Amino acid sequence: MSTAAAPIDVTALRADFPILSRTVHGAPLVYLDSAATSQKPAAVLDAMDAYYRETNANVHRGVYELAAEATARYEAGRDAVARMVGAPRESVVLTKNASEAINLVAWAWGVRTLKPGDEILVTEMEHHSNIVPWQIVAGITGATVRFAPVTPGGELDMDAFAALLTERTRMVGVVHVSNVLGTINPVAEITRMAHEVGALVLVDGSQSVPHMPVDVPSIGCDFFAFTGHKMLGPTGIGVLVGRTAVLEAMEPFLGGGEMISNVTQQGSTWADLPWKFEAGTPPIAEAIGLGAAADYLMAVGLDAVRAHEVELTAHMLDALGQVEGITVFGPRDPAVRGGAVSFSLPDLHPHDIAQLVDQEGVCVRAGHHCAKPLMRVLGVGATARASTYLYNSAEEIDVFVRALGNARLALK
Amino acid sequence: MGGLDDLYQDLILDHYRRKRGEGSLDNPTVAVDQNNPLCGDEIHLELNIVDGTVTEIAHTGEGCSISQASMSMMSEALVGKSLEDALEVVEHFRMVMHGSEQGDEDRLGDAIALEGVAKYPVRVKCALLGWMAAKDAIQTYQREGEEVA
Repeated sequence: MSTAAAPIDVTALRADFPILSRTVHGAPLVYLDSAATSQKPAAVLDAMDAYYRETNANVHRGVYELAAEATARYEAGRDAVARMVGAPRESVVLTKNASEAINLVAWAWGVRTLKPGDEILVTEMEHHSNIVPWQIVAGITGATVRFAPVTPGGELDMDAFAALLTERTRMVGVVHVSNVLGTINPVAEITRMAHEVGALVLVDGSQSVPHMPVDVPSIGCDFFAFTGHKMLGPTGIGVLVGRTAVLEAMEPFLGGGEMISNVTQQGSTWADLPWKFEAGTPPIAEAIGLGAAADYLMAVGLDAVRAHEVELTAHMLDALGQVEGITVFGPRDPAVRGGAVSFSLPDLHPHDIAQLVDQEGVCVRAGHHCAKPLMRVLGVGATARASTYLYNSAEEIDVFVRALGNARLALK
Repeated sequence: MGGLDDLYQDLILDHYRRKRGEGSLDNPTVAVDQNNPLCGDEIHLELNIVDGTVTEIAHTGEGCSISQASMSMMSEALVGKSLEDALEVVEHFRMVMHGSEQGDEDRLGDAIALEGVAKYPVRVKCALLGWMAAKDAIQTYQREGEEVA
């Protein structure tokens, strides 16, 4: 993990991202939707391209040089991710995305373990990816999904969470950083509390790992899921970090190639961790791209990324706060929140906001952000959301807020 | 607004600002809810049907300018139509939104102004929301007849 990295020089860093030099509708691109997916630096694109051009072969199979090189690059991708989150490599399972990582736990652990009367405790600020798999598993097993409430200030209600956490709770699913509110949840404390009642903990780190230093072992959770494409990597690859002892006790999720030790007509035995959970030819180029992304972020320094984003978020909250009639959701202190800022205006629907600011080159998200239960709690159908990353500047936020004002005038 | 003239023309904005048919009916013949899974918009639509004709339409709910304006235009376009004609107009509007038919102003009324939305695939769902609710309401009525009254 990085220590005291130099502050980010945005102008220099932006040159690493080819897409950022393009225009949209004649205006410079202002990309403020990194919570949905991040842009990719040339280092990631080049690593993936080089794999296909130079060493394309299947992994863990061939004895020839090409296959050995492909396998080495694939496993080096895993190593880079493992280093970034401080986890041992055998605990790092590569999946298709964060949703698949959570589904892996829901099916390989949940379906085989849960019984009627058991409870799965999630929070009202979960992404659908940490709700729906549990609802499906509850439907199969007879377990119940409970929701820990969110305070009006957009934080997890820890008293209510403590009250809902009982001996019946077998699994706690909690998002590390909310993709709607930006809230950073106290996941280490939540894990300690859950372990006291014997529950396992799954943390959804999709919005934390890309943006701040995260050391999974020090959180202490049993499972930690995140996705590649929000951390400068490609789509099609995600990560499940599991506690080794828990993963070892689990049966596989998907069966097929690569995940076996031996197969006979009578049955099969499983490969060692982490390959036991990686059935079939994996997304090889994507794993290599993810490794390049992790290396890039570690070179910049996750501390520097976080410091830059705290500054941007302060500017965003300040600038949006001056917009008349606006409701900004989530914590107001940039030091305790991430860079996804959701808001609504009384006279302008989020869809119209996103459509109109797009005319000025600004990309923001409009919708329920795959968090419909949270939208209901907030009393809105949808919000608009601007989210920053290491390549954004304060000037871009100013362009966005000016465009928002123009949008408002256009539909007045 | 640059290239968005199709999307935000005056007639559409007029329906957005002064929605026709907004509100509720006392004792509607049929009522349905419809939501747009993409954006989370939820609407409630009520129809009065007398002797096989749509006599009144009312709607509540939230939505963007396109979905709200479209809903308002739909409310005007379908009132006074027989159930069969109303369904036919809904189908025509759907085909127009998918770019498969040229808009017919006689049938669509002000909704002809939405023809340009077809160029914005993401917004087609917004424009269709109210019309799909109307189709759902009429078909629910036809299926369940007097029971839903």
